[in-house]
Amino acid sequence: MYINYNPSRNGELVPQKGNKMQSEEIYKKYPKNEAPNMIPMLQDIQGIHGYLPEDDIIRVARHLGVPTSRVYGVATFYNQFRLTPLGKHVIRVCRGTACHVKGSLDILQILETELGISAGETTKDMQFTIETVACIGACSIAPVIVIDDKYYGGLTSKSVYKLIKEYTKKD
Amino acid sequence: MNTFKEILSKKVPAEKFIEVIGGKYDASKAGITPESIVELKSTISMEKAEKPVILVGMGTCGLANGAQDVYDMFVQELKKYEIDAVLSKVGCVGYCAEEIIVDVKVPGFPRISYKRVTPENVDTIIERTIINKEPVIQKALGKYADADPSIWPEIPLLKDIPFFKLQKKVVLENCGVIDPENIDQYLARGGYQALSAVLSDKSPLDVIEDTKKAGLRGRGGGGFLSGKKWEFAYNVASDQKYLICNADEGDPGAFMDRAVLEGDPHRVVEGMAIAAYAIGASKGYIYCRAEYPLAISRLEKTIADAMEYGLLGKNILNSGFTFELKIKKGAGAFVCGEETALINSIEGRRGTPRPRPPFPAVSGLFGKPTIINNVETLANVPVIFSKGVDWYSSIGTDASKGTKIFALSGKVVNTGLVEVPMGTTIREVIFGCGGGVADGKNFKAVQIGGPSGGALPEQFLDTEIDYENLKEIGAMMGSGGLVVMDESTCMVDLAKYFMQFITSESCGKCIPCREGTKRLLEILERITKSYREEETEIDSLMRFQGMLYLERLADVIKDTSLCGLGQTAANPVISTLRYFRDEYEAHLYDRTCPSKACRQMLTYTVDKEKCIGCTLCATRCPVSCISGERKGVHFIDQDACTHCGQCELNCRFDAIIAE
Repeated sequence: MYINYNPSRNGELVPQKGNKMQSEEIYKKYPKNEAPNMIPMLQDIQGIHGYLPEDDIIRVARHLGVPTSRVYGVATFYNQFRLTPLGKHVIRVCRGTACHVKGSLDILQILETELGISAGETTKDMQFTIETVACIGACSIAPVIVIDDKYYGGLTSKSVYKLIKEYTKKD
Repeated sequence: MNTFKEILSKKVPAEKFIEVIGGKYDASKAGITPESIVELKSTISMEKAEKPVILVGMGTCGLANGAQDVYDMFVQELKKYEIDAVLSKVGCVGYCAEEIIVDVKVPGFPRISYKRVTPENVDTIIERTIINKEPVIQKALGKYADADPSIWPEIPLLKDIPFFKLQKKVVLENCGVIDPENIDQYLARGGYQALSAVLSDKSPLDVIEDTKKAGLRGRGGGGFLSGKKWEFAYNVASDQKYLICNADEGDPGAFMDRAVLEGDPHRVVEGMAIAAYAIGASKGYIYCRAEYPLAISRLEKTIADAMEYGLLGKNILNSGFTFELKIKKGAGAFVCGEETALINSIEGRRGTPRPRPPFPAVSGLFGKPTIINNVETLANVPVIFSKGVDWYSSIGTDASKGTKIFALSGKVVNTGLVEVPMGTTIREVIFGCGGGVADGKNFKAVQIGGPSGGALPEQFLDTEIDYENLKEIGAMMGSGGLVVMDESTCMVDLAKYFMQFITSESCGKCIPCREGTKRLLEILERITKSYREEETEIDSLMRFQGMLYLERLADVIKDTSLCGLGQTAANPVISTLRYFRDEYEAHLYDRTCPSKACRQMLTYTVDKEKCIGCTLCATRCPVSCISGERKGVHFIDQDACTHCGQCELNCRFDAIIAE
């Protein structure tokens, strides 16, 4: 027997910013009480909001009939999920072996000092988020970073400065 | 007829569909002559193209280099010249160093590959090759042997250029050659013939016996005989069994699974169907990393196409065999490459391994018998049944059969994927296919097998690659990542890097791995620290104490961890300690880093002769510890310096000295 703790108490969940309709569709798409769907569900929710809002974690738990702690456990276990909103541009720095050998740590450092945040954080103006990835799988063009799903390979410290400038200028 | 689907729509018996395409079944009664099939096949496989064909290499590596721009440019230019040509997207041919690769096939001429194509080159290629029918020599990589070799004699055959010369393409034969999203091209090149032959002539037990006889071993790491693994699941009676394709290629430095999934996904699906038939599974999953969005979208298309052709789903080729396939996206956890962790992840839990036994072959996904094979292993399966067991087992060494794909990366000239027969030496792969170390530097080591493998020095370069040989010298096959390192890579720093990786990827379930690797990392961090940061004498004593415990701790982690990740977690430390002990000693006793990679141990000063006072270092210094006037020599405040090395990286006049 599981006891579900529901912090909104009156049973009503606060709707999220983002697109409420899309959110509803996810809950319709996945049948109730089928826990194996937890990861795909969380992936879909993150696809809409860019992160996992607290209320959605609670709602997923109720939907799948599992304790909230289990959903929270899954959400914090996997690197893909995040509990805080993302910036407008997401910079993912590959930290695979080939990238490391070719100086990806320098590139990460440059990004961190230029944007004034460390990996995993978002700038205050919500423009940039830096994340590190274990390996993107594009080792042949190391070092690689991915900005908003666009790949940049064979980087040097010079080209990184140029790249950040390009993106900061865009806004 | 334009597609094979039209054959299906005619009155050909469903079970004979593939045999008709293979020319093994005469369908003249249904109005399909053998000649028309041959004709159709050569048109689809582009051997006898009617109009010019342009194929742009659009795997992830190609796209990262801007292949989309080249593709768009072709669309635009073809319109401008009013040329009727087929433009298609193909996977990666493996020669990533020369991306973007564009192939052009003009009817009657050999298919030619162009390297490093930029949008600016598109116009020249169209004008010279498609209109004037002559090659653009300075951009040519090589030509295929699909036409008279005397045409364009100045262009070498692709298989003769150094990168491809030593290779034997078995698994990668279609990658970069066919359009991965076009099932007809796969069929035209003999696809699904193996599945059809297996379903009509062989019992599951035959399939298992043949796979064992062929000597196929798991390509994901351990090298367990695949046939034997299947036998375990076959022998368990159950109402439901599962087959899982492990495409969670988390190994940093390996990307062959991505290339296969992006370049030839039907091969993997066919291999899965054969394996599922052997063990009696009716449901399958492909557990693919979410970091590979292109592979996932191509797999979705592949599965939909195969369903449409009746090659997946219920009653495949009218044989009574049912196999349904689903894709599960991983969520970014290295440990999920471990079988039981992967099962937990599919079940919607945290990806932590379970103790074994029971093995997944007995009780796996949802408590049912489950077989998990790696992408490359499954991609090897069809060829065993299409070309025969004897053919397959003739490749390779006594104990390791077939070929192995290696992902060459790091400080090597030709980065990319190479597929060589087992038994090829490491030297041949790195210096033959790879073209040696980049930038004229000296070879120092090669890391084989990712975080679970080991770094090997030059003396082992002539080792013949097979599972046992690599294990003996302290590395392992792993998934086949080869990261080449030159003299500027510090091996202690490499060990530290792998420990950082393992500590962040350890699932935390068992203590040796969770706590032990953390302690290993601390010891390595202490060794690579500068004396400036040590406050008390205890700190310096701790460095030596850590060094004394390093080997013992590594052994304990190896002996007591729950899963493969933990048991091999200390391998990078053990192997670097074994072969590069002098580097550890230099860090420990002399407090220097011979490769000048451990920045914490370096002192940065300005070369007064070379500094011209451009102020770049001062503006880029994150702690503002560099002072000096414009056009005057600069000065670094050693007390404030954090040894980040930004000044050295940014100086355009080599005026920063690091010692």
